Amino acid sequence: MTPALLAILALCATGMLGVIWARLPAGRWGVYSASLGLSVVLMLVGIGALAAPPSGLTLPLGVPWIGVHLRLDALAGFFLVVVNLGAGGASLYALGYGQHEKMPERVLPFFPVFLAGMNLVVLADDAFTFLFAWELMSVSSFALVIAHHRESGTMLAGYVYLIMASLSALLLLLAFALLAGPAGDYAFALMRARAVTPGMAGAVLLLALLGAGAKAGLIPLHAWLPLAHPAAPSHVSALMSGVMTKVAVYGFIRIVFDLLDGKLTGPPAWWGAVGVLALGGVTAVGGILYALMESDLKRLLAYSTVENIGIIFIGLGLAMAFRATNFPAGAALALTAALFHVFNHAVMKSLLFFGAGAVITATGARDMEQLGGLIHRLPQTSFAFLIGAAAISALPPLNGFVSEWLTFQAILLRPDMPQWGLKIMIPTDGALLALAAALAASCFVKAFGITFLGRPRSALAAAAHEVDRFSRAAMLGFAALAVLAGVLPGVLIDTLAPVVSAVLGARLPVQITVPWLSIIPVAASRSSYNGLLIFTFLTSATLLTVFVIHRFAARTLRRAPAWDCGFPDASPATQYSGASLSEPLRRVFGTTLFQARTVVTLPPPGDTGPARIVKSRRDPIWDFLYAPVGQAVGRMADVMNHLQFLTIRRYLAFVFIALITLLLALALWQ
Amino acid sequence: MNPLSYDVAKLLAGLLVLASFLMLYQVRLSALLNMLGVHAFILALAVAWQATIQHAPELYITALITLVFKALLIPAALQRIVTRLGLHREIEAITGIGLSMLAGIALVALSLEVMLPVTAHIDPVTREDIALALSVVLIGLLMMVTRRNAVSQVAAFLSLENGIDLAAAGAEGMPLVVEISVAFSALMAFLVIGIFLFRIRERFDTVDIRALDEFRGDRR
Repeated sequence: MTPALLAILALCATGMLGVIWARLPAGRWGVYSASLGLSVVLMLVGIGALAAPPSGLTLPLGVPWIGVHLRLDALAGFFLVVVNLGAGGASLYALGYGQHEKMPERVLPFFPVFLAGMNLVVLADDAFTFLFAWELMSVSSFALVIAHHRESGTMLAGYVYLIMASLSALLLLLAFALLAGPAGDYAFALMRARAVTPGMAGAVLLLALLGAGAKAGLIPLHAWLPLAHPAAPSHVSALMSGVMTKVAVYGFIRIVFDLLDGKLTGPPAWWGAVGVLALGGVTAVGGILYALMESDLKRLLAYSTVENIGIIFIGLGLAMAFRATNFPAGAALALTAALFHVFNHAVMKSLLFFGAGAVITATGARDMEQLGGLIHRLPQTSFAFLIGAAAISALPPLNGFVSEWLTFQAILLRPDMPQWGLKIMIPTDGALLALAAALAASCFVKAFGITFLGRPRSALAAAAHEVDRFSRAAMLGFAALAVLAGVLPGVLIDTLAPVVSAVLGARLPVQITVPWLSIIPVAASRSSYNGLLIFTFLTSATLLTVFVIHRFAARTLRRAPAWDCGFPDASPATQYSGASLSEPLRRVFGTTLFQARTVVTLPPPGDTGPARIVKSRRDPIWDFLYAPVGQAVGRMADVMNHLQFLTIRRYLAFVFIALITLLLALALWQ
Repeated sequence: MNPLSYDVAKLLAGLLVLASFLMLYQVRLSALLNMLGVHAFILALAVAWQATIQHAPELYITALITLVFKALLIPAALQRIVTRLGLHREIEAITGIGLSMLAGIALVALSLEVMLPVTAHIDPVTREDIALALSVVLIGLLMMVTRRNAVSQVAAFLSLENGIDLAAAGAEGMPLVVEISVAFSALMAFLVIGIFLFRIRERFDTVDIRALDEFRGDRR
C-alpha cells in the first residue's frame, strides 16, 4: 500500500517537475522515463495484491471528518495492473513518439498527473477520495485533449469532453450520496455495512451505470469519445481509450458489485441486469457501426472502443443477472469474461493507437483515404498493427477471441432464464454480440487493408519511414502480450480467479491443471478451447506453405507491373477505398439508422463541369439527444442575457423581491 | 425582566419603525434628510436603553457614535450636498405613495410573522427588537427600490443600516469591535456615495439615476 502511495505522489511530483522540464530538451526523457519506472512499480504492487488479503490505509487529509481512505484489494490490484500496463506502454511509446511533440509544455506536466489520477481512483476507499481522483483524471486528461488547441475541432472536443466528464462526476456524486445515506457514511467500509432497500439499490445502479457509462463511452453517452480521443496526442489517446475507460468500468464494478452488495434487504433484482445487458448490446453494435462509417483512423479506433465497452458491459450484465438468480458459477464465468476483456482491450487498443500514432508520425495523415501501401514502408509497425487488428476482431489464437468466447459461453450457459426480461435479453445480446464481432472483423479488415495494403494514395504515404525504436518496442511488446494472452488464457483465468472470488464469492475451476494448456470454463463435455493448439497449427501450416512455395515454386522472383485492365498507370485514387469497403454495410444499416444518402449530380449535356457525388449521413443520437439539449441551453442563455442590461433599480427590486419571497415562503412553511 | 424596561425598549423600536414610515412618506429631499436624523436619533436612544437594561457599558459608545455620526453629521452633510447641488427645493416625483405605505405595512406584518415564531425561545425584548429591526430593513429596501433620486437612495440605505444596528444592539453579547466596524462601514459608504453624487452631478447635471441608465444606452 505504502509503495503505491509513494509512487502516486512521485507521479504528481513528476508532473510538477514537468512544468520546468518541458523547456529543456531532456525534459521528455525525464518525464516519460519516470512515468515508465513508476508505472512498473505500481504494476508490481498490483500483481502482489491479486492474491493477497486487502490492505488499507487512512490518512488524516482531505475533509476533516472523512479523511482519505485507501484500500488495495484483489479487484483494485487487477485494475492497478491494467492501468499501469497501459501507462507503462504509453510512457515507453512516448519516449520516442514524444519527440515529435511541438508543444511539450502542454503535455509533459499533465501526463504523469493523469496517470496518478487513474491510479488513485482505483485505490480510493471513500467517496470523497474517489471523486477527487476521478476529477483529477478528468481534468488532467482534458488538458491533454486540448494540447493541440489550434487544430480545428480540438476545442470543441475538449468542451464536449469536459461537459460529459462533469455529468459523469455529478451522477456518481448522487450515487454516492444515496449510498452514504443521511448519516453521511462516505467511507466505503461504512457504505458496505449499510442496509439498502431494493428501490434505493435500483436508483444507485442507474446512477452508477450512467455515471460510469458516460466516462466509459456507453451509447448514448459516447458522444465525447470519438471527438476527444483523436484530438489528443496518440499516446494519450491510447491511455484514454485503453485505460481510462477501464477505470470507469472499475467504478461501475466497485459500486454495483461491492458497495451495493452489502446488506440488501432482498436478493438483488434481476431487472437491473436487463438494463445493463440492453445498453451493453446496443453499445456493442452501435459502436462498431459508427466505426465502420469512419475514414479517420483514430476516430475509427475510438468508436471501436465504444464497441468493446459494450462487450464488457454485456459480461457485467450477465454476471449481475446470474448473481440475482442465484447462479454463482455462471456469474463467475461472466465476470471473468468481462475482466478478461478489460485486460485484452487495454492491450489491443493501446497497441492500435500506438500504431495509428506511428502512422501519423510517419505520414502526417490521419485520413485512411490518403494512406495505403505502408506495409512496405513501416514493416514492423504494420506487423504489430495487424496483430492488434486480428486480436480485436476476435480471431484465434489471439487474446480478443478468448474473452469474447468466454462471454459467449456465459450467454449459452443459461439462455432460458425463467424471468421474462432475461429470457428475452440474454439471447438478444448473444445475437448482438455475434453481429458486433462480425462487423468488427470487417471494420478492421478495412482499417488495416486501406492503411497498410495497396498502393500509397498520397505523396505523404509514399514518403513514409519506419518510426523510432521506442515506439516499435512498445508496439511489438504489446503485440507479443496479445499473442501470449491468447495462447495461455488458462494462466490469466487463474490469475483472475482470486479477483472474481473476492467480488462474487465464486470462481472458475482451476485451469492450469488442465492438460495441454486447454481451458474448460464449465465442463469438458460442454466446451473447451486450446489457444496453443490453434497457434501451433496456424504457425506450422503457414511455415509449411511458405516452405512448399519456396521449395517447389519457380526460383526466380520477378517483379512485373500488375495487369492493369487496359488502363496503363492508373492513379492510386482508383484503388478500392475505405468508403468502398464499407459501402455495402452502409447501405444495409446506414440508410435508416444513419440516414445515409448518396446524391449524384450530373452536369447537364454540354456543361464541362465535373459530376459530383455527395455522401451524407446524420448521427441520430447527436441529432435527437445532444442537439436539443444544446439548443435549449442556447435559448435559455439568450433569454437570460436580457438580465445583463437592466437598471440599478430593477436589480435592487430583484434583490428585494427575492428576499420577500423567501421570507413569505418561511412564513407560510411555518 | 422589569416590565417598564421591556415597554420602553418596545416603544423605541416601534418609534423607529414609525420613523421609517415617515421617511417613506417624504417627497421633499430636505424633509427626508431631517427624518433621517430623527431616525438615527431614535436609534441612538434605543441603543442607549439597551445598554442600560443589558448593563453593557460598551453599548453607550455605540449610542454615542450613532448620535454623533448618523443623527448629526451625516444628515447635516447630506443637507449641505443637497443645498450645494441646488436640490433642496426639489420635489421628488414618486408614484404611488399610498401604495408603498400599504406595502410597508405588509412588510411589517411579514417580518413579525416570520421572526416571532423563529425566535420563540429567546428573551422577549430581543425578540421584538429583531422583528421590528427586520421591518426597518425591509422598509429601507422598499424605499431604495421606489426612489429615483440618488440622495434619497442614500438616505434609504442609511435607514436600512440603522435597522441592522437595532438588531445588533438587541442581541446580547455583540462585541463592540463589530459594532464599531459596522458604524465605520456606514460612514465609508456615505463618503463614497457622497463623492459619487458630486461626480454624477458634474457629468449629467442631475442626480436622478435615470440619467445613468440613459448614459448606458439601454434605458427601457
